[in-house]
Amino acid sequence: MHSPELLLRMYRKMVLLRKFEERAGQAYGLKKIQGFCHLYIGQEAVAVGTHEALRPDDYMLTGYRDHAHPLARGADPGMLMAELFGKATGYSKGKGGSMHLFDIEHHFYGGYGIVGGQIPLAAGMAFASRYRNEDRVTVCFFGDAAANQGAFHETLNMAAKWKLPVIYVCENNRYGMGTDIRRVSAEPEIAKRAIGYNMRGESVDGMDVLKVFELVKECAIDCRKGRGPVLIEAHTYRFRGHSMSDAATYRSKEEVEEERKSDPIPKLRDEIVLRKIADDAKLDAIDAEVKKECEEAVAFAEASFEPGLEELQHDTWVAPGEADQRPRERVRGVKVEWPSYPSGDQLKVSWELEPKAGHLSVVKEGAKR
Amino acid sequence: MSELSYRDALNQALNEEMSRDANVFLMGEEVARYNGAYKVSQGLLDKFGSARVVDAPISELGFAGLGVGAAMVGLRPVIEMMTWNFAILAMDQIVNNAAKLRHMSGGQLRCPIVFRGPGGAGGRLSSQHSQALEAHYVHCPGLKVVAPATPADAKGLLKSAIRDDNPIVFIEGELLYGVKGDVPDGEHLVPIGKADIKRPGDQVTIITWSRMLLWYVNEAAQKLADQGISAEVLDLRTLRPLDEEAILTSVRKTNRVVIVEEGWPLASVGATLTDLIQREAFDDLDAPVQRVTGLDINMSYAANLEAATQPSVERIIAAVNQVLYR
Ligand SMILES: Cc1ncc(C[n+]2csc(CCOP(=O)(O)OP(=O)(O)O)c2C)c(N)n1
Ligand SMILES: [Mg+2]
Repeated sequence: MHSPELLLRMYRKMVLLRKFEERAGQAYGLKKIQGFCHLYIGQEAVAVGTHEALRPDDYMLTGYRDHAHPLARGADPGMLMAELFGKATGYSKGKGGSMHLFDIEHHFYGGYGIVGGQIPLAAGMAFASRYRNEDRVTVCFFGDAAANQGAFHETLNMAAKWKLPVIYVCENNRYGMGTDIRRVSAEPEIAKRAIGYNMRGESVDGMDVLKVFELVKECAIDCRKGRGPVLIEAHTYRFRGHSMSDAATYRSKEEVEEERKSDPIPKLRDEIVLRKIADDAKLDAIDAEVKKECEEAVAFAEASFEPGLEELQHDTWVAPGEADQRPRERVRGVKVEWPSYPSGDQLKVSWELEPKAGHLSVVKEGAKR
Repeated sequence: MSELSYRDALNQALNEEMSRDANVFLMGEEVARYNGAYKVSQGLLDKFGSARVVDAPISELGFAGLGVGAAMVGLRPVIEMMTWNFAILAMDQIVNNAAKLRHMSGGQLRCPIVFRGPGGAGGRLSSQHSQALEAHYVHCPGLKVVAPATPADAKGLLKSAIRDDNPIVFIEGELLYGVKGDVPDGEHLVPIGKADIKRPGDQVTIITWSRMLLWYVNEAAQKLADQGISAEVLDLRTLRPLDEEAILTSVRKTNRVVIVEEGWPLASVGATLTDLIQREAFDDLDAPVQRVTGLDINMSYAANLEAATQPSVERIIAAVNQVLYR
């Protein structure tokens, strides 16, 4: 049985993700946010369920639909919103915008704009963990359409062969932009593709935060034990268009209405009420608190300045001796923990990625399968 | 000082840097058990083990990106591209991720990675295997591009590249691996971003890099010297960032410039150099800048066509004569 604290925490987070996105959508309408802006509304159970199943120091990264994941990890909503507004107080000083959010303090390693481009990065981060003999896992999100990229195939093969501690979570929301994934995939059940890489493949109801939580938790244990990567297909749905400019005419109103019935937030709310963990009044109070938090985030973004033009001189190259930027220190003036790595003479690499020598026997290899 | 081949100089650099820093690992096709398609990684698997010298599948995009991910969290990968022709498959990870991480993250991340391997014509390999593609990477902010010509520079620049905190495109000469030269032992670091006068002179500056220096420019300069013409040979070594000071200093001394590059003429490094020189040293020029490039066509297999597609001593001398109005 899940603890009341966990359920309430998940509820609050899902509401935060939802309300943040609603605010971002409104701000977009007012042209406060421009460019591409991809909302996560409908998919909240995937990011929240996954985050809650992980350790805070596990690595996470995703594509351009990336507002929710750092929020789930604990990023500052005002600074995220400021990044969407293109302000100096944003996580990337306004240089990345909606598609490129990074919060390294909370081990969120980015939003990437090239479909599938983050998939190899995650394997590399997991490679580094294995190399340093840490028991950290990396979780990488991507869309259903990204599973048709060469990067997906190339990376899953390597991750499985080298037993890298990485969990790939495909957020299957059934569409890549306007294309129904079944129209362009010979095998639309993405979890099945794991078989081809000799790795574990799982599929889960991505509209149920507890199911996502349970599965990721269990997969992370496996991963930490060195049993290799996992491919999870989370079946989900985005209630809004692909991006703010998409009127979503490629799907019917009825379909969207039908999917809205499995909205993950009311589902968890019902569970909480049913288990008498909290009543409607208490949950409404959470909603109101979160609403206020998001209003404050917008106000903060609104009140912040654009980056100074001197910023054009920074962040293209790293100068010798230059330190990394710590956004919350820079903006909020608080001391933050920052990743540090063993120096080259402290580090002892004991991992043998392959047996020392010898030729692979064809017969033996075949017999294993 | 020892006499080493370009290949062994690179091997020495890898060996020394991997011994010095356990965060450095080498990954690529055939780098481990095969000891490298061009034997640059000879002996490294035995010394450093299979986690630090990794045979990758033929997945350039995948393992380039894996390297970038490892660099984002503190390792210092050296990713070997069997040749730069194949790295075209990895360009997304090099250009869209490695070159942009520092920027997109607003300075939160760094990406200390070296992508290295041979570029340029390999000898009777036709068009898909004979390309000098440095201009592709020189174009991109966020990358540094290095192309050494001599064994000493190969060692010193690779060591500097591995220690640099930025993504580096390190282009070796496919035909240079067997070339021998004196290489300083041990700690020999050549700074990135510094050109080198390989032959001083005062009547004309010949700017070049990588194999063109050894194959054509040195010989052309010697022939010109025999005719009483003193050519200064400037080896850029690093193509991004450009050593503008060294270039302009030499131009201001000789007042005449010939640029020799293996690659195609359009939107090339030489085109950029020409632009720099006419803007910054217009009043110092006694003649328009001349360029000797690979012809603006794809490379053929036939020996005569292959040779005629590339720069030559004769074309360089003709260009020098032109800027000298001889
Ligand atoms: C390599 C590449 N091709 C095309 C695009 C344009 N594009 C952006 S998102 C997208 C659809 C991706 O769909 P999916 O992977 O299912 O993720 P979702 O948007 O549904 O979360 C496309 C085609 C891109 N950004 N990158
Ligand atoms: Mg999709």
